[in-house]
Amino acid sequence: MKLLRAIALRAGKSVGVILAIVALNFLLIRLAPGDPASVMAGQAGVADEIFMKQLREQFGLNEPVWRQFIFYVGNVLQGDLGYSYRQGMSVANLIAERLPATLLLTGSAFIFALLAGIVLGSIAAAKAGKMPDLVVSILSLVFYATPLFWIGMMSILLFSVWLGWFPAFGMITVGANLQGWDYVLDVAHHLVLPAFTLGLFYMTVYSRMTRASMLEVRDMDFVRTARAKGLAPNIILRRHMLRNAILPVITLAGIQAGQLVGGAILTETVFSWPGIGRLAFDALVQRDYQVLMGVFLITSIMVVLFNILTDLLYRVVDPRIGASA
Amino acid sequence: MNQSLKQFLCNPKALIGLTILLLAVLAAIFAPLIAPGDPWKMASRPFLPPMQDARFLFGTDMMGRDIMTGLIHGARVSILVGLTSTLVALVFGLLFGMLAGFYGGWIDDALMRITEFFQTIPTFVFALLLVAILSPSILSITLAIGIVSWPPVARLVRSEFASLRNREFVRAAEVLGQSNWQIIWGQILPNTLSPVIAMASLMVASAILTEAAISFLGLGDPNRMSWGFMIGAARTVLRQAWWMSFFPGMVILLVVLALNLVGDALNDVLNPRLSRKGRQ
Repeated sequence: MKLLRAIALRAGKSVGVILAIVALNFLLIRLAPGDPASVMAGQAGVADEIFMKQLREQFGLNEPVWRQFIFYVGNVLQGDLGYSYRQGMSVANLIAERLPATLLLTGSAFIFALLAGIVLGSIAAAKAGKMPDLVVSILSLVFYATPLFWIGMMSILLFSVWLGWFPAFGMITVGANLQGWDYVLDVAHHLVLPAFTLGLFYMTVYSRMTRASMLEVRDMDFVRTARAKGLAPNIILRRHMLRNAILPVITLAGIQAGQLVGGAILTETVFSWPGIGRLAFDALVQRDYQVLMGVFLITSIMVVLFNILTDLLYRVVDPRIGASA
Repeated sequence: MNQSLKQFLCNPKALIGLTILLLAVLAAIFAPLIAPGDPWKMASRPFLPPMQDARFLFGTDMMGRDIMTGLIHGARVSILVGLTSTLVALVFGLLFGMLAGFYGGWIDDALMRITEFFQTIPTFVFALLLVAILSPSILSITLAIGIVSWPPVARLVRSEFASLRNREFVRAAEVLGQSNWQIIWGQILPNTLSPVIAMASLMVASAILTEAAISFLGLGDPNRMSWGFMIGAARTVLRQAWWMSFFPGMVILLVVLALNLVGDALNDVLNPRLSRKGRQ
């Protein structure tokens, strides 16, 4: 019952956030210099008078602002995110077509960042003050300060141009027409560099967090008890310390999922990955605002869903949360 | 304070960071003197590799522009945007945090709801959208970065204010008949500044990274040379000319690293209790 109420509360809040983003989008169109119709058409040189008139009628731009707003919200709720005159396709279709690639990229980057971060952070905490700790700390400091897109370009130079290990762009080998497992392997091969690039920054964040959290747990009574019982240090580390230390890391990871989507725009631009990030970049270049706003809305929904997911995960990992709420 | 300063300057992290920052700031201030001439103008033949001509140590780009000159002039944009956008974020964050933490109740609820909203949305996508719609300029980039980076400040200031709100010295000031504004400004705010200062230096670092990313995507101020723009422009010739993107990236890395080091060191000095946790 409590769980149901918590989920309902969470869902209500999420709907509120999404509606607020729709409102923000509406506001932004009006904020742009010039006529909203020309903003929606994109500064694409399509300033055809008949077309503009059609747009104005379509969006009710001759009506009072509050009716325009209701109109706009209604459209979005029906899944109509507008039409990209540049691409000759509805924004919803454009995004739906590109979404799987982005989900694959951000999902793999997230898993890589979380696993590598937790492993590195645990090593640093176990060897606190010694050589491995220092190495992990320096690596974290450096990668935390490096621009993501630059890491992508440098890894293309190193792993693709010089070493020839991984392909530098795209998601599949063009013209290879692979099927079944060959196709999966091909995509995985293309995925390595982008996922690594996108995950690296977050890996440093999670590894710092894991280290700090492990050191906090280290001095607690139950760890001392485990040590007094004569358990092997490795078992104490994995079974007693890590399981408790990991909770704040999961919370942080959930909060930061949204930032990961932002990073996907940069990564997809560098690697020509055919996802919504690349779509956003092309829309930026062409000032195709409808597409940009669609991407903003969809990525926000992704973040909200992701937050719900980590919330549930958290409840599974730590039953105390559900009991006390 | 003097002892804190000494402690701060004896910290090797702070020393390395401050040295790099000093160089970057000097380069930004004296850019027209160190590297006279227009960073946009052709200086030598295009695609000149580094270390070949003593006058163009870092080589030239695909239009024959000197990379070194670009780096020096680019420092101006990065540092300017980094500092001013952090200021914008501090003003918003302090205001929200002060009001929410001091008054509590429904004001706190409403303000924190807004803060939470801005923390949930994908901030980088929002910043890009803002810059694209307001049309790219130093001003719009600064505003966009400021608008997406204030929530952590608001949360920090709010929790500090909420905990100091009921301390004796605040109660005493109330009894003495000081106005709310005097108490907020004169009594509580000075006591919350040290964590805010440490946070600010980390914010400048991330603002510089965000500015570079915006310029990299081609949304930089079209009249100013910036590091992100240089990397973005060199993206398509990466295979032929590694140096065009390598050097600007190294400079961003060094400056951001320096700011993070200074921020860490400030944290060690200003919030010894906070930073000792998990550092031994």
